[in-house]
Amino acid sequence: MNNIVILPILLPLIVGVVLLLFAKNLKVQRVISGITMFALLGISLYLAHIVYYEGIKTLELGNWPAPFGIVLVADLLSSFMVLLTGIVGIVCLYFGFKTLSEARLKGYFLPFYLFLITGVNGAFLTGDLFNLFVFFEVMLISSYILIVHGGTKYQLRESLKYVIINIVASGLFIVGVAYIYAVTGTLNMADISVKVAELEQQGVLNVIAILFLLVFGMKGALFPLYFWLPKSYFGPPSAIAGLFGGLLTKVGIYCIIRVFTLIFYHDVAFTHHTVIMILAGATMFFGVLGAVSQFDFKRILSFHIISQVGYMIMGLAIFTPLALAGALYHIAHNIFVKSALFLYAGATQKVTGTTDLKKMGGLLKTHPFLGWTFFVAAMAMAGIPPLSGFFSKFALVLSGIQEEQYYIVFVGLFVGILTLFSMMKIFIYAFWGEQKLTDEEAKERKIGSVVVTILPLVALAVIMGLAAEPVFVYLLQVSEQILDPSNYINSVLKE
Amino acid sequence: MKSSLMLHTITRIVAFIILSFSVFLFFAGHNNPGGGFIGGLMTAAGLLLLYVSFDLKTIKRVIPFNYTTMIAIGMLLAIGTGVVSMFFGDAYLTQYFDYFQLPILGETELTTALPFDLGIYLVVVGVALLSILTIAEDDA
Amino acid sequence: MEILMILVIGVIFTVSTYLILTKSLLRVVIGVIMLGHGAHLLLLTLSGLKQGAPPLLGEEAAAYADPLPQALILTAIVISFGVTAFLLVLAYRTYKVHKTDDLDQLRGSADE
Repeated sequence: MNNIVILPILLPLIVGVVLLLFAKNLKVQRVISGITMFALLGISLYLAHIVYYEGIKTLELGNWPAPFGIVLVADLLSSFMVLLTGIVGIVCLYFGFKTLSEARLKGYFLPFYLFLITGVNGAFLTGDLFNLFVFFEVMLISSYILIVHGGTKYQLRESLKYVIINIVASGLFIVGVAYIYAVTGTLNMADISVKVAELEQQGVLNVIAILFLLVFGMKGALFPLYFWLPKSYFGPPSAIAGLFGGLLTKVGIYCIIRVFTLIFYHDVAFTHHTVIMILAGATMFFGVLGAVSQFDFKRILSFHIISQVGYMIMGLAIFTPLALAGALYHIAHNIFVKSALFLYAGATQKVTGTTDLKKMGGLLKTHPFLGWTFFVAAMAMAGIPPLSGFFSKFALVLSGIQEEQYYIVFVGLFVGILTLFSMMKIFIYAFWGEQKLTDEEAKERKIGSVVVTILPLVALAVIMGLAAEPVFVYLLQVSEQILDPSNYINSVLKE
Repeated sequence: MKSSLMLHTITRIVAFIILSFSVFLFFAGHNNPGGGFIGGLMTAAGLLLLYVSFDLKTIKRVIPFNYTTMIAIGMLLAIGTGVVSMFFGDAYLTQYFDYFQLPILGETELTTALPFDLGIYLVVVGVALLSILTIAEDDA
Repeated sequence: MEILMILVIGVIFTVSTYLILTKSLLRVVIGVIMLGHGAHLLLLTLSGLKQGAPPLLGEEAAAYADPLPQALILTAIVISFGVTAFLLVLAYRTYKVHKTDDLDQLRGSADE
């Protein structure tokens, strides 16, 4: 009985509904949603705090006991993810306030923003497989609306594909749920874990495992299933692209990590060391190749989402505490830095009116504040010490060498170089070189106040790098907790 | 569209049968087949029949609801029922019920599932009509 | 009965796959809807087609049906109802703006 667990889901939901009542009054909407996001951050900080000091918290909805009712579970991993959601949610919202036009905000933008946060937090906190599907749908439907919001020609065309692909994935999710229910007769994830451990049919379980990998991989943009991502993330405004690029793919990754540590750990040599390992390498490699070939700010970033997803999956594939801690560190780093970079793309677009790198140039002279803070974020992305990207890759490579998985280590390092290359490409084309704006134009287009809203994310990237030691101590505890499913099972089923 | 006398006459009778049956379905829920979702859908169907057989503008004068507000109120009602139990120190969505002596009805079981269901009912009516009317109004 | 249901589900999945792979936008939408129906039927079938009374107090029956799959399917149907409504409007708007329902022409050029 810990009602605190449901607050990160309930608060944005209630406020989102209340905002529907103030559809005409934008000022009220802004004030309420701005305050709500800070309250949400406070709640998720408190949740992470009590979960860290008092252990896993569960809430049985409607007082129905565990394997029968729906249960919400806040363990270290999910409270950590909820905290990250809170941070990115605030920054993207305030960036949106600064950059989005009033007409856009009036079209029920803020309610659906909050519903999206509801779905994401719900997916992190639920302990029931079908409930996970429901929260996934809450998140996806809000994301459909936000991605097509504004309804330009390009957005309509690309989000149509995004929607169809995700509906197909949802259909397959139901198929997966059906298989799990047929095999185990339960949908409570802790209970499934118990039943699966007793079940001696590896073949069936492998099929289900791969089916779930397919479903979550489609949302997390894994190797053969990432084709929809670069084009559809190019369309929406940067505040949305930042939130999507930072957060939504990570929900897929979170689900993969959760399912493959709690339920499908029966055949690690096949599922983790073979299938996920190959997917991780291919995802990294092809993602970064896409980024290298592009000459557009937002498109390069979109392809980078894919290659960074590869690193997170690599941590799961190696499957040691250090590797998982590295993967989680990479998730946190990537949520901050990737969102920040997308927001920088939006800020640069405000200045130059384009995202095409060949039409930009010399921004460092006219907008040094924008340029240098971008440089910090880009270097964090590329993994230059002492910024955050370095330590996650360091942990992943180290654990890869310890486990003698040399191929994936090689791919990881090679992709790191190409990441640095494409980040430098953005910097050289957009910020160095010949000045493309006239002095008057540059003076008119001040965006200092916009950049200030991004700074918290950049600061977090720097802090995570400088304070890597305590962060890793925490994340090692997280990964040790999820690598031992009995923690989760005992606190849910209370045996 | 030319208005059809037969459709008009039948709609006037049938719509009210449907609407009253939907109310019956709504209250039948909980222990028998029925409930907010089915009741709401049937209400929406009844109202839709009115929209189809009469003019869109006429019915808008008769039923001046803003369906977005209706959805919001319904959701608040449903969520609020769950929140109430949090104030009593129970888990979210815990259900309470008791038996009361009411005038006319006699001994009746009242549960907190009823306002929750009413919320669902409002949401379903609102969503169904809002989506259908939005598409129907686009004549271009 | 299970065999028959599974055959039906197989046919539905085949048809929906075919429809999703066609060029016409409306067919793709119908294919997606059919995929959802197939998945719901699969959930119903795989959880066992049982005979028995509804699982309510006061029904003195020898066997009770499993209510969970039906609750799940009802939820999934409601969700797919909403999603389908949204998808239809989106497809309609796309058709209006681009003046075509041919997905080949909705591809977008390679250099974008």
